[in-house]
Amino acid sequence: MPDAITELNGDIRNKLVAGGTNINDLLKYFITKADKLVDINPIKDFNSIFRLENGGVRLGALHTNADTAYDPIIEECYPLLSKAILAGASAQIRNMATNGGNLLQRTRCYYFYDINTPCNKRDPGSGCSAINGYNRIHAILGQSESCIAVFPSDMCVALAALDAVVNIDGPEGERTLPFADFHRIPGDTPHIDNNLTYGEIISGIDIPKKGFEKNYSYLKLRDRSSYSFALVSVATALDIEDSTIKEARIALGGVAHKPWRVIEAEDFLKEKQPSRENFAIAADIILEGAKGYKHNSFKIELAKRAIIRNCIMALNPETQRPGAKPSL
Amino acid sequence: MNNRNEHSVSLNVNGRHYQLDIQPWVSLLDVLREHLHFTGTKKGCDHGQCGACTVLVNGKRILSCLTLGVMKDGAQITTIEGISNGENLHPVQKAFIEHDAFQCGYCTPGQICSAVGMLGENKAQTREEVQELMSGNLCRCGANKGIIDAVMAVKEGGYNE
Repeated sequence: MPDAITELNGDIRNKLVAGGTNINDLLKYFITKADKLVDINPIKDFNSIFRLENGGVRLGALHTNADTAYDPIIEECYPLLSKAILAGASAQIRNMATNGGNLLQRTRCYYFYDINTPCNKRDPGSGCSAINGYNRIHAILGQSESCIAVFPSDMCVALAALDAVVNIDGPEGERTLPFADFHRIPGDTPHIDNNLTYGEIISGIDIPKKGFEKNYSYLKLRDRSSYSFALVSVATALDIEDSTIKEARIALGGVAHKPWRVIEAEDFLKEKQPSRENFAIAADIILEGAKGYKHNSFKIELAKRAIIRNCIMALNPETQRPGAKPSL
Repeated sequence: MNNRNEHSVSLNVNGRHYQLDIQPWVSLLDVLREHLHFTGTKKGCDHGQCGACTVLVNGKRILSCLTLGVMKDGAQITTIEGISNGENLHPVQKAFIEHDAFQCGYCTPGQICSAVGMLGENKAQTREEVQELMSGNLCRCGANKGIIDAVMAVKEGGYNE
């Protein structure tokens, strides 16, 4: 167990800091308070990327987002992850932000950031200002009456699609969590973003061998073309043989409290032709039960179209270069 | 840590060594501006949204508002004051002047540090890629075209030191 966990001393008022790009901002706004910050950057074991014996790769929790996106192994074998990371934040922030921190960043809901308004995530039991407020950026899937905030990461959308596994270290020892089980839906406890328990620390993220490097695409739609959080984003990874889909992964960002995958839609695409019609059916399955609010109902149709477009782009990853248009 | 909660930190800024006692909650930006008086680095939003506070830490461009001074003990930091070689302007500085890459100038130190960092990373080749990798620096005067022109001119070798 790293000394950093011992230094937390079991006191919830003490916090860990790595890249600092989110927690330092939250501290300035008085959203997070800390009696003591423990700088975990000196933990050298967590700062690397290396091949695993099973052919997969381990991303160290303290490796930066930029170094991860530009790592030769990631660029060659997991280009979907590289694309997703580079769609997020800015070059400066990616140079600071760490992989573990990316998973632990908080929502950018305006009301979560405004300490003068009620917010169940910031102040449990105080109410949700977004449900009847300005909710353009908010959730359409998996939300609750308590919270309609979305999880803002791009990197995690790709990690969800790639079936990553989170490695955790803590006072009770080491354990792993499948990516799908790491983040939570809000339910009536929206103040709990994920299934880490207090005192635990992410040591790394493992990605299985299968990187879908031939047919992948990450599409991010937002209010400006760079340096902005997603309204809707889609990570698509396809395994295609003889013009037939053998395996499909589709994960959405910007629409829910966690990266969103619907296994029924992925199963539907198995052994099907990679056609616009089939991708449209998959999109309908994914958005089944989606619910919009006053300012974000457009996201339902936007997400469907983004899924279709991104699946088509995944057939020819060349179409992802700036200015290129997808075609089928 | 002394009785004012200060930690002793050693920083190398623009080639000069500084030994400081700073409180743990002070951002690197405030260390540079308020403690060391390198006021070239600007505080725009102080929340990581504008890029005005961009400096180079160990050669990499970062936002000095979102890191703490105590976390940079032992680091080599370059601010806008350390970009030129004495009176000889850096190629990016020359290009900014000649391509009208600023109006009010408030974002300019961050833009120049960011451009120098980006050129070192060598990940942007086309104009579109330069625009994408410079998107962390906002310019509210709207000098963006001149900024990208200036960076492209440096990339194309028009401004050697």
